[in-house]
Amino acid sequence: MASTAETDVMMAADGVPLKIKLRRAERMRKIWALGLIAPLFIFIVGGFIVPIISLMTLSVEDPELNEALPRTAEIFSQWDGEGYPSEEAMLVFAEELSTADRGEFGRVSKRLNYDISGFKSMLKATARASDELTLLPADQILQGFIDIDDDWEDQAYWRAIKGASSAYSDYYMLWAVDLKRDGETGEIISVDEGRAVYVEVLIRTIEISFAVTILCFLMGLPIAYLLATLPTAKSNLLLILVLLPFWTSLLVRTTSWLVLLQNEGLVNDLGIWIGLWNEPLELVRNRLGVYIAMTHILLPFMVLPMFSVMKSINPWHMRAAASLGAPGWKAFLKVYMPQCMPGVGAGTLLVFILSLGYYITPALVGGPDDQMISYWIVQNMGRNANWGLGAALSLILLVLTMVMFFIYNRFVGIDNLKVN
Amino acid sequence: MTDSGHNRVAGANEPLVRFENVQKTYDGEILVVKDLNLDVERGEFLTLLGPSGSGKTTTLMMLAGFESATHGDIILDGKSLKTVPPHKRNIGMVFQNYALFPHMTVHENLAFPLQCHGVDKSEQESKIDAALAMVELTGFERRRPGQLSGGQQQRVALARALVFQPQIVLMDEPLGALDKQLREQMQIEMKHIHENLGLTFVYVTHDQSEALTMSNRIAVFNDGIIQQLDDPETLYEKPKNAFVAEFIGENNQLLGTVKDVSGDRCTVELASGEIIKALPVNIGGVGEKSMLSLRPEVITVEPGSDNSCDDIHTATVRELIYMGDHTRVRVETCGNEDFVIKMPRGSGGRSFDVGQDIKIGWHSQDCRALDAA
Ligand SMILES: Nc1ncnc2c1ncn2[C@@H]1O[C@H](COP(=O)(O)OP(=O)(O)OP(=O)(O)O)[C@@H](O)[C@H]1O
Ligand SMILES: [Mg+2]
Repeated sequence: MASTAETDVMMAADGVPLKIKLRRAERMRKIWALGLIAPLFIFIVGGFIVPIISLMTLSVEDPELNEALPRTAEIFSQWDGEGYPSEEAMLVFAEELSTADRGEFGRVSKRLNYDISGFKSMLKATARASDELTLLPADQILQGFIDIDDDWEDQAYWRAIKGASSAYSDYYMLWAVDLKRDGETGEIISVDEGRAVYVEVLIRTIEISFAVTILCFLMGLPIAYLLATLPTAKSNLLLILVLLPFWTSLLVRTTSWLVLLQNEGLVNDLGIWIGLWNEPLELVRNRLGVYIAMTHILLPFMVLPMFSVMKSINPWHMRAAASLGAPGWKAFLKVYMPQCMPGVGAGTLLVFILSLGYYITPALVGGPDDQMISYWIVQNMGRNANWGLGAALSLILLVLTMVMFFIYNRFVGIDNLKVN
Repeated sequence: MTDSGHNRVAGANEPLVRFENVQKTYDGEILVVKDLNLDVERGEFLTLLGPSGSGKTTTLMMLAGFESATHGDIILDGKSLKTVPPHKRNIGMVFQNYALFPHMTVHENLAFPLQCHGVDKSEQESKIDAALAMVELTGFERRRPGQLSGGQQQRVALARALVFQPQIVLMDEPLGALDKQLREQMQIEMKHIHENLGLTFVYVTHDQSEALTMSNRIAVFNDGIIQQLDDPETLYEKPKNAFVAEFIGENNQLLGTVKDVSGDRCTVELASGEIIKALPVNIGGVGEKSMLSLRPEVITVEPGSDNSCDDIHTATVRELIYMGDHTRVRVETCGNEDFVIKMPRGSGGRSFDVGQDIKIGWHSQDCRALDAA
């Protein structure tokens, strides 16, 4: 007490100023807290953030030509794209072709083949003869190229090389939305009709997700309401039925739908046996099958958040509404549903976002026109080994998800999100 | 809403609500309400009072329409309620937990019943303003229930139950969640609101002082049966049976056997041998058991010769508890160790010693001989 009067600084019993004591005590607590979150933090950074960032960079990189033929890339990027490139540029190109590493050469020819099919084989032939090309005098070099393949006369091939010359480009991003840069003018234009797929896939993905979300909502609402209002014993049984799908593998559930819905499947057999229809119905390998299977699989994600919110709604509110003169439907719409909104929001968001990324189910029970964006990501990342396009499509999926999230946050508020 | 006051005059001869032989069971085994016959008069403040589980809420819920009567009929304003759904009964209700709609503002909460009853917009506003003014919450329109204190929520609930001018307002322990001081304040306010509006209130509580403060009449429930239905004064001063005497206010009980009944007095012999004169209220014949009930405040300590006590006994002081305005003296007398006497401040209650023998007396008409429940 006496010391505080003299110095104005509060001292702890051992003479250390209180503030320093407090800071020390808090520092220990902070270190503890950091220590506790460190494993998860490192895991998230290493397993989530880093891959996503590298994926995002992949989608804007265009490195093949730069790596395989660096001098060509350099000199072609200075060409204005009018007429033919300079003879010097062609010479550098021929020189580098003759000395290129085989693996790198393979990648660059594949990349150029994306632009003009047939480019790959032409480039191969050119590379084989490149030694002779380098010996030609400058004014005959174009003729030399044309002698190897007539197509070299077409400026589009030369412009394709220029198009691939910068290390970063919007090439794959444009491709992912069925666009490209015009070789002559550099303007963004649509790709040829035959090659346009991804916008349709994107629309289809949103369409399927939307439909599945609506179906889940319509089917989940009464279930969640029952769960929340039935006596505990019955609602527990019902809850187990709802959760049951969670305990079975996704693949098993999907394939069992395949078994059930196929032409000789249980549903068709039953329908014909009862006499509801005569010919087997096409229930699977089409959009209907996708809707049925995805709705079934995603239903718990709709039911659980709605249930947990409904559970917390005071059951007396409905009685209060009735006593105030509201008939049942009005009480439900005006009093019950608005209070469910956080749960409905969480459920729809969850189901929509999960559906956006669905792959296995549409792949198994859908037809060729029912494949969603994930299918094409897998196709490009895997079979086509077109990482740039795969990454660009993934980025679109990510952005789509984030947009959904933003909309939700805007209208419902993320702090209202209640998932059990 | 003030115009409903005329009901009291217009239909004074006919009760607003009549329960006719109403029985209720939830499980088919136990009757929660056993043969209820109850008239609610127009404009009165009727309280259903009783211990937990005695069927008060059940009775209220049957009237509101949330539970159906297993047997019997409920008549509201001359019409059977059997086929009338809750939302068409025009009964206002205040729930124990208020049941305010959390997603609506105070204004929207009050507008809800008006919309349901098809009141047009301009009229709505004036009614809401009047209702909020009545509960002194003008200016709180934009708040949500979560931003109000318990007492304010209670007022909103009350305003909401009144704003659409129901024929009758039911309240199920509406003050249960408030602290003592606020509760007492609200009791007086609700009493005033009732007097000003002239509406019929049916109020449920298990707090007897609350019932005594507010009600015109009190129905004491126990075990699904109305034990007594009377105005507060009669109920307190002239309980008809041991349960009511015990439940309303404090009382000292002495168990004995009726020895003799003559005119307006009977004599009862206690197990400890004393013979006590009492007012026969609810006793069987001679030889039957009877419970004698004495309020603590009717006992006189050291009665003088001028006092009209006609029954005087010795008692041993066991405990003195100073309560401010009075002193509680616990004595042992007539075989009862928990015999309590209230001595007002200044009457010398503090001067006794524990263990001291004193004389106590009472007037035999204050000693009520009841059934030996
Ligand atoms: N929904 C129900 N199902 C089964 N039994 C019930 C139900 N509601 C009430 N009961 C039983 O009916 C009896 C009377 O209940 P009620 O709620 O009417 O009592 P109460 O007088 O309001 O009591 P409290 O003062 O505790 O509110 C109790 O024994 C209770 O257990
Ligand atoms: Mg109750």
